[in-house]
Amino acid sequence: MASILAVDDSASMRQMVSFTLRGAGHDVQEANDGVQALELASKKKYDLVLSDVNMPNMNGIELVKELRQLADYKFVPVLMLTTESAGDVKAQGKQAGATGWIVKPFNPEQLLSTIKRVLG
Amino acid sequence: MSIDLSQFHQIFFEESFEGLDVMESQLLELQPQEVDAESVNTIFRAAHSIKGGAGTFGFMQVSEFTHVLETLLDEIRSGTRTMQRSYIDLFLQSVDCLRAMLSSIQAGSEPDMERAATLKGSFENILQGTSAADSAEQDLPSDTGNTTTADVTESGWRIIFNPSEDILQTGNEPFRMLRELQELVGADYLTVIPVTDNLPEFTSLTPENCYLSWILEIRSNVSRDDIASVFEWVADDCHIDYQPLCAAPLKNTHDDTPEIRTGAEQKSAAERENGIPPAEIDSGRTATLIPEKISEALEIAAAQKSKPSVSARTARSSEPSSIRVSIDKVDSLINMVGELVITQSMLGELGQDFDMSRLIRLQEGLTQLEQNTRELQESVMKIRMMPISFAFSRFPRLVRDLGSQLGKQVNLVMLGENTELDKTVMEKIGDPLVHLVRNSLDHGLETTEQRLASGKSAEGTITLNAYHQGGNIVIEVKDDGAGLNEERILHKARQKGLVPETQELSSEEIHQLIFLPGFSTADVVSDISGRGVGMDVVRRNIAELNGNIEVKSVRGKGSTFIIRLPLTLAILDGQLVKVKNETYIFPLVSIVESIQLQKRSLNHVTGSQYVMKLRDEYIPIIRLDEFFNLRSNDEEFENPMLVVVEGDNEKVGIVVDDLLGQQQVVIKSLEQNYQRVAGISGATILGDGTVALIIDVSDVGKNLEKSGKGQSRSEQAA
Amino acid sequence: MEALAITGKNESADADEQQYLTFMMSDEEYGVDILAVQEIRGWEESTLIPNAPDYIRGVINLRGTIVPIMDLRIRFGLSSVEYSPVTVVIILKIEREHGERVMGIVVDAVSDVYTISGSSTRKPPELTEDKNSGFIKGLVNVNEKMVILLDVNELLSISGSLENTGHIAD
Repeated sequence: MASILAVDDSASMRQMVSFTLRGAGHDVQEANDGVQALELASKKKYDLVLSDVNMPNMNGIELVKELRQLADYKFVPVLMLTTESAGDVKAQGKQAGATGWIVKPFNPEQLLSTIKRVLG
Repeated sequence: MSIDLSQFHQIFFEESFEGLDVMESQLLELQPQEVDAESVNTIFRAAHSIKGGAGTFGFMQVSEFTHVLETLLDEIRSGTRTMQRSYIDLFLQSVDCLRAMLSSIQAGSEPDMERAATLKGSFENILQGTSAADSAEQDLPSDTGNTTTADVTESGWRIIFNPSEDILQTGNEPFRMLRELQELVGADYLTVIPVTDNLPEFTSLTPENCYLSWILEIRSNVSRDDIASVFEWVADDCHIDYQPLCAAPLKNTHDDTPEIRTGAEQKSAAERENGIPPAEIDSGRTATLIPEKISEALEIAAAQKSKPSVSARTARSSEPSSIRVSIDKVDSLINMVGELVITQSMLGELGQDFDMSRLIRLQEGLTQLEQNTRELQESVMKIRMMPISFAFSRFPRLVRDLGSQLGKQVNLVMLGENTELDKTVMEKIGDPLVHLVRNSLDHGLETTEQRLASGKSAEGTITLNAYHQGGNIVIEVKDDGAGLNEERILHKARQKGLVPETQELSSEEIHQLIFLPGFSTADVVSDISGRGVGMDVVRRNIAELNGNIEVKSVRGKGSTFIIRLPLTLAILDGQLVKVKNETYIFPLVSIVESIQLQKRSLNHVTGSQYVMKLRDEYIPIIRLDEFFNLRSNDEEFENPMLVVVEGDNEKVGIVVDDLLGQQQVVIKSLEQNYQRVAGISGATILGDGTVALIIDVSDVGKNLEKSGKGQSRSEQAA
Repeated sequence: MEALAITGKNESADADEQQYLTFMMSDEEYGVDILAVQEIRGWEESTLIPNAPDYIRGVINLRGTIVPIMDLRIRFGLSSVEYSPVTVVIILKIEREHGERVMGIVVDAVSDVYTISGSSTRKPPELTEDKNSGFIKGLVNVNEKMVILLDVNELLSISGSLENTGHIAD
């Protein structure tokens, strides 16, 4: 199945996301923040990146911008995990090159149905 | 697919409590006049994470409360509002409130929402004061299309989907959207007509761009909202035109899918399997002792056993503790296990056809094994080590609150916050430290007037310092206050009959008096340092951790409390000794020296109490065999050894039969299945699988003081 | 009074019924709730606990846990016997408020397993001077033979009886 990079500074969210995705047969790697995610992404091409927006060191918006600079990640779907209270974050994310977003709170079923949209 | 979200609750609670600690410490450092953008960001992020997690895991009270907090923080962060002292106080109260809410939820009870409601009201009042009042409305997702009516037509839609050229570069792929649309409406009801009008000449074609557009005809009863949701992410970059195939809108069936916020299935912990091992039958020898019928019955009983114990287990397991371990530590562990495996296979190979010519290789292999084991042990212990900042983090708040309560200006200095110590030690040292800091604030530091009068700065300083020294961690609590009042302490001690009227004491001896049970010097018993609980409890708590505490004080300059603790509770370096047929273990750290016992250097004091002159001091002597009632008083040692130990600042000589080797031992509890035993701090398992008891040096010394009036231990014990 | 007692295992025991593991000591048969029995072992050398009551033989290493061993003969004031390779230790486990407590009891030999209904159990006679009466939950007749049912919780809560014996630090 797909290899997915899950980025979130909250361990519980990270675990929930990766547990759900692994349960669906995907290969998941986790990163705490944008810096760590970028490091992982530069070593391997993931099929999908799921990233929180608010994170220390490098936030999700900056991460997308950086990812899109990498040749490997020009077309790789990147979904932002964002809260409904962050209307303009979606626009910012799109501006930076994000593929789309998943609105928090979401449950495992919603997560799976959303990522189906971007995985070939 | 259903996933039990409750499995993530524990980690959510842990990270939320950590987040609250971060919020608190950042808030305490915040100066309203010069707000540091990064601090506000950090606070915002912590609140945001708690809100997100609480929403995901179904704790709506928490996420709703955190939402107002977050909104105000966001306004401050974005600069539409300036930070005020009153906001900081409100945020701090919210931190407390959230902590309480989360604790109740974690414990499985309903959180008290009254306080949250009051605080929420305060936040809402603030928020309503400005243009940000309608922020709650603005927060709604603007692009779910709820401004348009959810028209549903009988015959469907004709959609012109014209994506921007660079749509592929955001990872969006029109084909996937078309596929999703097909799944939504069904393949038979969707007609896709590609439009290639915009396709450029081959020479000017950029392969990364999308030049196609599509006309989509849907002949099905689908709401526009549902269709729009397929294009949700690209709505702003594309031209999408919806034309109803039948102009007359039918009645609104508004087939919206409500967002399900709570984890649908939250299995109660009780439902989970709990693995109680079945009753085991010691195979081999015992097997003959037990009729087969009984073994069968035991197995069946073991299966039933899980039922009655479930409730007991779940009740206790409400707060399992866990630690976060950095990847580095885990990696080094894995490396070491790898080495261990190599050594093991080397030894295994050696053992397969061993002859004496390969003895040297065997010895080398065993040395290697010993080294691997030791390294592995050290790394495993490191997992339990955490920086003491976890214990220190509560003090800025505590000092701030107490200082204002007492009307004292206090500056808190914390040093050595990265000093690591065992998690268990850390948890247990928290309360004694709080007591000491409160004590320093309440009794140590003078009032501002007194300080100014004695030529000091108005602001008092309390310093917390932690550092490693030898195998111990040292924690100091220091104040620049008035110092201990020796006359008053001595007077009080005489009054209470703790010190005879005639006896003169050195300054140091007077300082130690404050650790005596029931001693309190405060003229007014204040709420701060508590009643009843005194320095004796602090000392006892620290002694339970195999540590000690001393105080240094200079009149007018201040006092310093110095705590020494072992780095870990789980392992100690031990000296094995033989007493009659039993093996005991002395903590190596408590041993001053071990010498051959010279009968002639013994002095008889009274009864059977002996002291020995060791260089220029007399130390009391205890026979461990008598203390433990292993043999009678008159039975003589053949070749006794004297182990001189120091506990609670007192030297004691302990007589044993022989010194054996030294080794690291893992401390096991004797109290768990038995009870506390005088002179014993715990037990361990030796290399041959037998149990050896560990000597509690200060406890042995304490019992000596009590019996030191000429009685022999064996008489008293009988 | 003849009590109803079914020998052997009964998988669908009524709420009223309980299975007991019985063992022999001085020709008397004693029973303990089988759910409290963790395992049965042979006697092995134990490490002495200083100043413990005489019926506490010491502690053993039970797969990394320190478990005290009680000589039930001495506890009940019966004459003590030399241990042999066939001496049996029954490891009992009870749930307490602060976790479980595990302790071994030394008995002469294990005997049988009975399913016993609560209604067939008689109260022990009120022998106030008998220090053992506190351990006895009830008496029951099985096949014309009396079995003394022991209260495992009482048996394992040694704190009361021990505190006076050893010198306990304050």
